[in-house]
Amino acid sequence: MSETLLEVTDLKKYYSSSKGMFKKFGDAVKAVDGVSFTIEKGEVFGLVGESGSGKSTIGKTILRLHDKTDGEVKYKGKDVFSLSKKELRHLRVETQLVFQDPFSSLNPRIRVGDAIGEAMVEHGLVSKQEVRERVLEVMEKCGLSPFHIDRYPHEFSGGQRQRIVIARAMALNPEFIVMDEPVAALDVSIQAQIINLFSDLQRENGLSYLFISHDLSVVEHLCTKIAIMYLGNIVEQASKEELFKNPMHPYTKALLSAVPIPDPTAKRERIILKGDIPSPINPPSGCKFRTRCPMATDLCAEKIPDYHDAGGGHFVACHYV
Amino acid sequence: MEIQNTTVNKQKNKTMVKSPSLWKQTYRRLNKNKLAMISLFFLLFMFLLSFVGPHFSPYILDRTNIADMNQAPSAAHWLGTDNYGRDVLTRLMMAGQISLTIGIAAMFLSIIIGSLLGAIAGFYRGVVDMVIMRLADILMSIPGLPLLLIMGAILSEWKVPAEYRLYIIMIMLSFVGWPGLARLVRGQILSLKEQPFMLATEVLGLSDRRKILHHLIPNTVPLLLVVATLNVAGSILSESALSFLGLGVVPPTPSWGNMMDAANNFMDFRKRPWLWIPPGTAIFLTVVSINLLGDGLRDALDPKMRR
Repeated sequence: MSETLLEVTDLKKYYSSSKGMFKKFGDAVKAVDGVSFTIEKGEVFGLVGESGSGKSTIGKTILRLHDKTDGEVKYKGKDVFSLSKKELRHLRVETQLVFQDPFSSLNPRIRVGDAIGEAMVEHGLVSKQEVRERVLEVMEKCGLSPFHIDRYPHEFSGGQRQRIVIARAMALNPEFIVMDEPVAALDVSIQAQIINLFSDLQRENGLSYLFISHDLSVVEHLCTKIAIMYLGNIVEQASKEELFKNPMHPYTKALLSAVPIPDPTAKRERIILKGDIPSPINPPSGCKFRTRCPMATDLCAEKIPDYHDAGGGHFVACHYV
Repeated sequence: MEIQNTTVNKQKNKTMVKSPSLWKQTYRRLNKNKLAMISLFFLLFMFLLSFVGPHFSPYILDRTNIADMNQAPSAAHWLGTDNYGRDVLTRLMMAGQISLTIGIAAMFLSIIIGSLLGAIAGFYRGVVDMVIMRLADILMSIPGLPLLLIMGAILSEWKVPAEYRLYIIMIMLSFVGWPGLARLVRGQILSLKEQPFMLATEVLGLSDRRKILHHLIPNTVPLLLVVATLNVAGSILSESALSFLGLGVVPPTPSWGNMMDAANNFMDFRKRPWLWIPPGTAIFLTVVSINLLGDGLRDALDPKMRR
């Protein structure tokens, strides 16, 4: 344990929203605005936040699927953005991404077996003769039947398609997988199956995940460490036990109070946030959460809160903790 | 555990019922379109006539026979003979072979050039896109027929032998045909490129070649199929027009276009309609059938038409 796999330092990703003829610089959408975290080997790191908080952008940027604006991403000690072509190909084998939507992430004209096997052949991991055997092996691991191999994606249900997507990612034997809301598009009964598949695969192969989700109950089940995002920043990060037992940031508290409890008689305090998430083009000054925070004061509008250790590896960005 | 097993079995049973493949579904929908099916059968008939028919003809293609000159249709010569005493039906079938081959070969060539260049332009964008598409724009801004006429005239000037002209015509037609296709494919590629499954190919680290040939172009096949069909009709028409004007396939090689040349001669036009009516009808019916089939295919492949 405790071998750092991925180290993200002050990562920023801005999208310029308009570059008209008469306007040289458009307003930048600050999708990710200075995020730092590390993922250890074998760890499942949960990234939680509402829509538009920049979770998926982080996931795609650390795999170098888009360019960064600023900051540093180190995978196994190497800067991901200065890899040579050959090293990047290597990274493509070791890291994988599982998509949110299992419908659009499979090419409708490619058979399941080819979709799973083609990258193995491409990277020279297996010969053309062995590939079918390997594909069948991976498919079995992911809960697919052998006769699925020659079918097209449109013949499958959502849950099975997600299994295909997972098998495709697993085929390369990766060490690190970014899960971009992998169960958000599935119904609850299938979600449970897929999540169990994730934890089985993780345990058997010693994988590390970056698990992006907006569903706290899913994250609680799977992750060892959790970071909460709000408008492009991580506001709180702690181990799973610590975060659920002792949430410090007002946003985390509000999120946790919104998780449904399957007990109609249980009484609890709901913290209801007012308004919507502000526009990332023009975020509030100081603490970005202050417009919706029940404890906001003048200080919050003036000064950006520090992201500091509140004890025992529990990081939080708030003036009042 | 038991429950899990039964659900697995259930899933197996469900998927065991083979869902019809995309092509079968398309054929089924095409089958409902009477005009398209009639066209399809007519085209099959034309192919058989052109490619198998000559083998059953008792006449040798280019054998001239002064004694049999300019005969009206009879039991011996179903469509009569021409001014060299050649059997018109045999020549019509051979001409069909040549016209159809040119049409289809020119289509394949323009499809290959057009879809590859279009895919490359759409995939790489930037300078490559700029160069390819501006080239296409230039070719598209010159009217096709005059361009072909000029090229045909140059060929005649250079005295290219009749046997080679056939192949040069194919290349000429595809040269004029590819820009439209390239533009179409490029548009498709641009939208396909933004699909998540293309991001997946990036994550998997597939090569650009594989991305273009295995992931992007197969997704444009339904569209290409329709355009290709209509393109064949266009090529046959252009070839006929050129040959009619004596700038395409030149005698003694027969083509539907140069057989129609008989209509240029006043005597032949008035007195010997069997010389030009059959090739004219063949061109007309073939082109109409191809267009109807193309329309039918477009409707059959359009997912919004699914009932």
